[in-house]
Amino acid sequence: MSLRYMIPASKFKKYLPKDYVELVDYGPFGKDYNDVGVKNMGTYKELVEEHPMCSGCWMAYYIKIIFASLPNPEDTVTIGTAGCGRLAISQAAVPFIYGNYGDQNAMASGITRAFRLRFPDRHKDVITIAGDGGMMDIGFSMTMHAWFRRERFTTIMLDNEVYGNTGGQESGMSMEGAILKMSPTGKKFGKMPAMQLAITAGCVYVVKMSPTNINKASKAIRRAIFAARTLGPTFLHVYTSCNIEYSIPTNDVFRDAKEMEKGRFAYEEYMTDEAKELFAQIESKNKREVS
Amino acid sequence: MSLNKTLVSMDYLLKEAPREKHFITGAQAMAEAVKRASVDMAIAYPITPQSEVMHLVGDIFAQGHIKEYYRAEEELGTMSAIAGAARAGVRLFTATSGPGLLRGLEAIVSWPGHRVPCVLGVLTRVVNAPLSIQPDNIEMAYLLHSGVVLLHAENQQDTFDMTLAAFAITEKVDVYIPVAVATEGFFVTHAKGYVDMTSEELAFNEPDPYAAPVPAMDNEVPPARIQRDAPVQKSNFMSYLIHSVWQQEIWDSNKRAMKYIYQYLGGPIEVQNPDADVFVLASGCAAAQAREAHRYAQEEELSVGFIKVRAIRPFPKEEIRAALKNAKKVIIPEHNIIGWLATEVKAAIPNSGIVVDGPRVYGGMTLPVELIMEQVYMALGMKSETLQA
Repeated sequence: MSLRYMIPASKFKKYLPKDYVELVDYGPFGKDYNDVGVKNMGTYKELVEEHPMCSGCWMAYYIKIIFASLPNPEDTVTIGTAGCGRLAISQAAVPFIYGNYGDQNAMASGITRAFRLRFPDRHKDVITIAGDGGMMDIGFSMTMHAWFRRERFTTIMLDNEVYGNTGGQESGMSMEGAILKMSPTGKKFGKMPAMQLAITAGCVYVVKMSPTNINKASKAIRRAIFAARTLGPTFLHVYTSCNIEYSIPTNDVFRDAKEMEKGRFAYEEYMTDEAKELFAQIESKNKREVS
Repeated sequence: MSLNKTLVSMDYLLKEAPREKHFITGAQAMAEAVKRASVDMAIAYPITPQSEVMHLVGDIFAQGHIKEYYRAEEELGTMSAIAGAARAGVRLFTATSGPGLLRGLEAIVSWPGHRVPCVLGVLTRVVNAPLSIQPDNIEMAYLLHSGVVLLHAENQQDTFDMTLAAFAITEKVDVYIPVAVATEGFFVTHAKGYVDMTSEELAFNEPDPYAAPVPAMDNEVPPARIQRDAPVQKSNFMSYLIHSVWQQEIWDSNKRAMKYIYQYLGGPIEVQNPDADVFVLASGCAAAQAREAHRYAQEEELSVGFIKVRAIRPFPKEEIRAALKNAKKVIIPEHNIIGWLATEVKAAIPNSGIVVDGPRVYGGMTLPVELIMEQVYMALGMKSETLQA
């Protein structure tokens, strides 16, 4: 039903906005990942095109990767909170719920349980996408408890190490010593260990990365979504720099992301044995993954 | 439902279905209503005196009357999860008290605008310092401007009937905002009273997630939400306009709940002795005491009437204005220090000078009928024994 519901009746089609019709005709809905996906970005109607993010925004780039990686975009709901990310996420052609401050993982707990009641034989993918402040500061309790409760959905933290949208304040994920707003003499403690917290709290698949390689980034996103369907919570901790608050010249944004990849965002992947088995199954079936 | 229940309309359930008398607590009455409401999912978090309600709801989940139930991390997590689950189109219940309500308030005040249909039990208690667990309904004042439909139960019977009615009202297409059912902690939740209840074999019809002004976000029903751009996210005149028309619609929805309060509960107010000179007007537990004061006054052949206010939002301005048209005084006893009900009544009537502010008790004190009678005697120009003493 989920694919059919968005396809307009032929007589009605001409009255719909052009953008909608193009999404149905040339978008990724119902298509094989290998025909769309990150590898083919630029050749099909993508779920995120225009967005109001700053020039050179690494977060906007990663958000485009998230949406290009969805295994089942016609049956996906994203949930976010205040922050820069939601400005681009709300531009995606996928239902997006914008709740209150930091409540994304509590909302996702409710919606995934309710989806499983109503559609016990189907996968409705729920992904929360929020910043470091939303996930690890204001939403910390709701983030952690959703994981402890083994809620089956994917959590993606867009870590720019600062409150970008509110004007550059220190967050729990900022580096020790960072001089930011509300830390005028430098932050007094280090980055919160998000990845370890996620593993301790019971996430079955956790990745920390700086997404310089789109295939690698996409693979992690898809694995996180597949594992969350049946096994348990999954978490992606992703570096998405704020070139404004950290004064990274637009031309250096990629270079900065590469440097981070050698440093504190060096690629780390954790999975339970069950998750490993699941990925082997999905990925060995053929290179054309089944979604 | 795995249990063999007969599904019926709310009209039948509330007005026609045979009833049997039970002697139960207010917490039991609320849970028994939930049992008969075909609730899909309930989310619990402890706080005294509410906990008893969600313990009992947990029991009825274990018995199979509810499909999903869990204990959340705290109230903001609870209320946010309710908002999430509502997007998936299921019938929802939760309950809280005092500080828990305030902790969840950020999410609760966003429910109406998010078109979250659900039922919220509010079992009142002190919220201010020095903190205590005792009954005081000041927390209801914080709900008055939230957009939520707010009913106030006088006793265990009201708690049962209003909670059931709330499930029907919240899902009406022309309402579709949450309904809170408040009653006093301990005085009602932990005290027993007679409740005429329907059989538990009968349950309210299951929800239709597509009979909604904002259909469930389940990627199943057109219009598909793949249209881009959320203008409210921007700071421009469109965002101001969208917010304002949306909130106007929320408050109109709140007003439209009134006809269902008539349909299911017989109206937002109850009036006794409508031609009296002096009225005692109250809601919730205070109405039980006001009712008793009215009985005393009848015995003493005093010209005293009684008005019970069932609906706090939408507030029955016209009904109260009409009922007090010829009143010389209206005494408003309350279980809170600020007198939110007196303020509401003053704003609703043209002659607010007739309002007697109080008597008010707070912090968990009981409301002796004598305290109300003292105001009655003064209003009638009679001497009060207590005042003389």
